[in-house]
Amino acid sequence: MIRIENLAKEFVLHNQGSAVIPVMAGAHMTVARGECVALVGASGAGKSTLMRMIYGNYLCDGGSILVGDVDVAQASPRAIIALRREVLGYVSQFLRVVPRVPTVDVVAEPLLALGVAADQARARAMDLLARLNVPERLWALSPTTFSGGEQQRVNIARGFVHPYPALLLDEPTASLDAANREVVLGLIEEAKARGAAIVGIFHDEGARARLADREVDVRAFTPARGT
Amino acid sequence: MSAGPLFRVEGLSKRYGARIGCADVSFDLWPGEVMGIVGESGSGKTTLLNCMAGHLAPDAGRVLFDMKDRGMVDTVTMPEPERRRLVRTDWAFVHQHARDGLRMGVSAGGNVGERLMAVGARHYGDIRAAAVDWLGRVEIAADRVDDRPRAFSGGMQQRLQIARNLVTGPRLVFMDEPTGGLDVSVQARLLDLLRGLVREMGLSAIVVTHDLAVVRLLADRLMVMKDGRVVETGLTDQVLDDPQHGYTQLLVSSVLQV
Repeated sequence: MIRIENLAKEFVLHNQGSAVIPVMAGAHMTVARGECVALVGASGAGKSTLMRMIYGNYLCDGGSILVGDVDVAQASPRAIIALRREVLGYVSQFLRVVPRVPTVDVVAEPLLALGVAADQARARAMDLLARLNVPERLWALSPTTFSGGEQQRVNIARGFVHPYPALLLDEPTASLDAANREVVLGLIEEAKARGAAIVGIFHDEGARARLADREVDVRAFTPARGT
Repeated sequence: MSAGPLFRVEGLSKRYGARIGCADVSFDLWPGEVMGIVGESGSGKTTLLNCMAGHLAPDAGRVLFDMKDRGMVDTVTMPEPERRRLVRTDWAFVHQHARDGLRMGVSAGGNVGERLMAVGARHYGDIRAAAVDWLGRVEIAADRVDDRPRAFSGGMQQRLQIARNLVTGPRLVFMDEPTGGLDVSVQARLLDLLRGLVREMGLSAIVVTHDLAVVRLLADRLMVMKDGRVVETGLTDQVLDDPQHGYTQLLVSSVLQV
């Protein structure tokens, strides 16, 4: 489902003496349907960078990233927008939303963008929020004022509201208590079972051991840096 | 949804004497897409918007619009009556200052109804019903329909301007700093409203702003302008999170964090 070949990336800081910082070279990885691959490697090794490149949030300087039949490294913005809407979900560590929009609508939005009827989309959003133990009295409020753990669960609900064939999960169990962590692990296992290809970053070792079929150490893709 | 782009700009240029307004701008906009144009004051973004919307005559280039049965037609060279009709029906323009887009001496309902009458609506009851419906959609209470816009707050005036523009069901909306000068809480409400309308009506929009937070939430794609030229384009979040051009890097890193 996801096939990465010979991927390279460098940052050029034009306003800091045009410093060139190579962050990735020769990255290879494949993820089959129903498989979960965990990215590992020390902080700063490039796990999040690789994930952002798969999502099209960072540009690539070489190589290819096939998600289904779309090469994210070459695709037009329009093709990436369509890919994100239909195929590729992303649960980041940050919740970025228009202030004032009720939580239930934040969660339902990916379905509305796919043309699902509003009442159906909201019903699905409410099911997920209930399952993730977000108190019902909060559903009509904007999540911008929620606690870290509540925002995280809203983010997860939004990422699982549509059954994306491919999913990127950046620390999905961070800042969750044991009960909610269990709910999230269950959601991820169900996504695997329905055939989703999953790439995850899990600092939570128990979660990684339970979910990941394989580990990919991104330090293998980190180019040697001059000092 | 049609098979091709809705709107296409090719080599658009405008000079003011020796000074460049905008130079050699080209892009496609597809149905349902929102394009953001950012840059600091004097970067040419407003000149570009005015050339695209037909407010300014460009020195060179074409501005093509999908005229359904006739395909892509150059709006720069089309006959004036036809262009005026386009501006009243399929296109809309939301000004930064609502008073530039509203008739301040006419009631709120009249402001919305006027645009319908301009495209041939004649039945008073229908026009009033459509006006009340649209005021509701932009969250203006029905009991304010007979008030004049000068009795409205800045945020309400802006929402009224949007209702006046969208009542004819346009396919393309040009927006010049639509949230500029509004309180942040009012901005948020307006952004939510615009996003909902874009999604429900399948609108395409071109939004000029200097506010990077606004484009991140509103625009699918982004163009960055400097000295009249487009220096960078791409997916909005990609341009903001992984800017390639030195100017964009400066722009993004200059935003104050809250």
